[in-house]
Amino acid sequence: MTQKLKLPPQVKETELRELYKQMWLIRFFEEKVDEFFAKGMIHGTTHLSVGQEASAVGAIAVLEDKDKITSTHRGHGHCIAKGATVNGMMAELFGRTTGYCKGKGGSMHIADVDKGNLGANGIVGGGFAIAAGAALTSQMKKEGYVVLCFFGDGASNEGSFHEALNLASIWKLPVIFICENNQYGMSGPVKEMINIEDIADRAASYGIPGKVVDGNDVFDTMNGVSEAVERARNGEGPSIIEAKTYRSKGHSKSDAKKYRTREEEKEWLLRDPIKLMAEVMIEEGIFTQQEADQIKADAKKEVEESVEFAKNSPEPTLDALMEDIYA
Amino acid sequence: MRELTYLEAVREAMSQEMRENEDVFILGEDIGVYGGAFGVTRGMIEEFGPERIRNTPISEAAISGTAVGAALTGMRPILELQFSDFMTIAMDNMVNQAAKIRYMYGGKGKVPMVLRTPAGSGTGAAAQHSQSLEAWMAHIPGLKVVQPSTAYDAKGLLKAAIDDDNPVIFYEHKLCYRTKSDVPEEAYSIPLGKADIKKEGTDVTIVATAIMVHKSLEAAEELEKEGIHVEVIDPRTLVPLDIETIVQSVKKTGRLVVVHEAVKRGGFGGEIASLIAESEAFDYLDAPIKRLGGKAVPIPYNPELEKAAVPGVSDIVTAVKETLNRL
Repeated sequence: MTQKLKLPPQVKETELRELYKQMWLIRFFEEKVDEFFAKGMIHGTTHLSVGQEASAVGAIAVLEDKDKITSTHRGHGHCIAKGATVNGMMAELFGRTTGYCKGKGGSMHIADVDKGNLGANGIVGGGFAIAAGAALTSQMKKEGYVVLCFFGDGASNEGSFHEALNLASIWKLPVIFICENNQYGMSGPVKEMINIEDIADRAASYGIPGKVVDGNDVFDTMNGVSEAVERARNGEGPSIIEAKTYRSKGHSKSDAKKYRTREEEKEWLLRDPIKLMAEVMIEEGIFTQQEADQIKADAKKEVEESVEFAKNSPEPTLDALMEDIYA
Repeated sequence: MRELTYLEAVREAMSQEMRENEDVFILGEDIGVYGGAFGVTRGMIEEFGPERIRNTPISEAAISGTAVGAALTGMRPILELQFSDFMTIAMDNMVNQAAKIRYMYGGKGKVPMVLRTPAGSGTGAAAQHSQSLEAWMAHIPGLKVVQPSTAYDAKGLLKAAIDDDNPVIFYEHKLCYRTKSDVPEEAYSIPLGKADIKKEGTDVTIVATAIMVHKSLEAAEELEKEGIHVEVIDPRTLVPLDIETIVQSVKKTGRLVVVHEAVKRGGFGGEIASLIAESEAFDYLDAPIKRLGGKAVPIPYNPELEKAAVPGVSDIVTAVKETLNRL
């Protein structure tokens, strides 16, 4: 394979190793979480984005620190890509006071408002209008930031999608709606739930650009999102980017995946986003296989340390129950 | 002191806040040159311009979520919802997002927004434009609920609501809009969670909200002629609730009648009655607590049926006499 690597203006070649590490951090973090749920070491529920790391990392790579995101119930990857520490995230899943939400939010509600992560969301489609509102603040206060709104193929069938996209388009809000089309809304195959091939085509009804990218290709994703971010930052309004990808794991912790075939899973696995990224980077001479292995090992270690951090963190006292309801 | 209508008082509170604080803006349907469904924002777009008096599409889900997102990122939005019945469409954003964000995020982030909305029957608008659904919102931890009955209260409570760092639902009863009272020209704040004794009395305590405050005062006047001295308390805010003022009053009178327009079944009156039954005032009760509320029926169109669906002055007079065994 010979490929001339094209990077968007917002991403420097020197940042690629860090992005590669983020991909592995997400993968190892989620595999660890999966393991802990299976063992009953953490409770509640969780939604994993294994196989979708490139859309989170590629899209957020284009952002500046001041930019904001809204995330989804499948949001661990977005959090890590936006700069959250795996320590704070693991501690949150363990319900500890050192977690991002002091143990009150759990997997579905991790937020890091200071870093511009306005939060995961347990309501499918809950982030559309919140992202529009955050973009409105940027526009009204002339803060210059853009908002990246992650959503899934399933959420694009919520009424909130239409209302928020219409509003964002008429007000030319600096927001990018990025659809991670992972082929399934829980058990519902996208082909049975949507009557068009590309969700990006829905952009036409709002008079905004819609673009499909290869969501398993971190470079294709960042290039696609780059244009949309520039457009938003220049005051030209929102876009839809649809990243076609695949949810390797089930919907949540208890999913026998009866609605799809193992063959289909294997086929997508051939295009594993981390493997694809490594191949391109080695071929382009950005790192060697040995360096790639080292980055992977570093990420693994960081996640393992986060487990220790979480286990050694204090549980909240019962006094905390009634705190933080009102400001 | 000059008199203002309730409607003018609401408008003045918003205008004064907007002159003081650039972060305050209003969004809602037809609030621009049209002046809003009830004319509350009339003239405001001329003073503040279309950026801050933001006319929106008919998209209650989007505008409520946009208000949440804007509030979370540093603005202080006032959302005008044309009729409080449309809360059903904004419900997800108020209940699942606005009310919970701070807690879910472990005390990080705040949502300082006010949702103002006209409520209640008496205008012939029938079942989908006449409801009093405040008990729904009062049920949700994380929200504050305000129900002013007079122009003076409306102005002071609205300032407090806008200055509050939490999501506040501000119910404006349509039949109160044309009522007048003395209203100071300068801005002033009435703390949320402080009841007002609208009329002092010694024989029976009436706790009434919104338009029922006026009806209770009328009833009190009639009862006065028969030598019955009623104390009328307006809690003004349901959340937080100033139960102490009610407890003290019941300890003095030994009798309690609770009146609201909302359907009696599951209405907030049940909460007030229960709190009194659980309080030290219980031992002072000389008669069972009486609750008056709307009948469990959709508000009908025919004017006579409409009146019959909610408590009237004669119902209140009768209820007071019943508690005194003077029928």
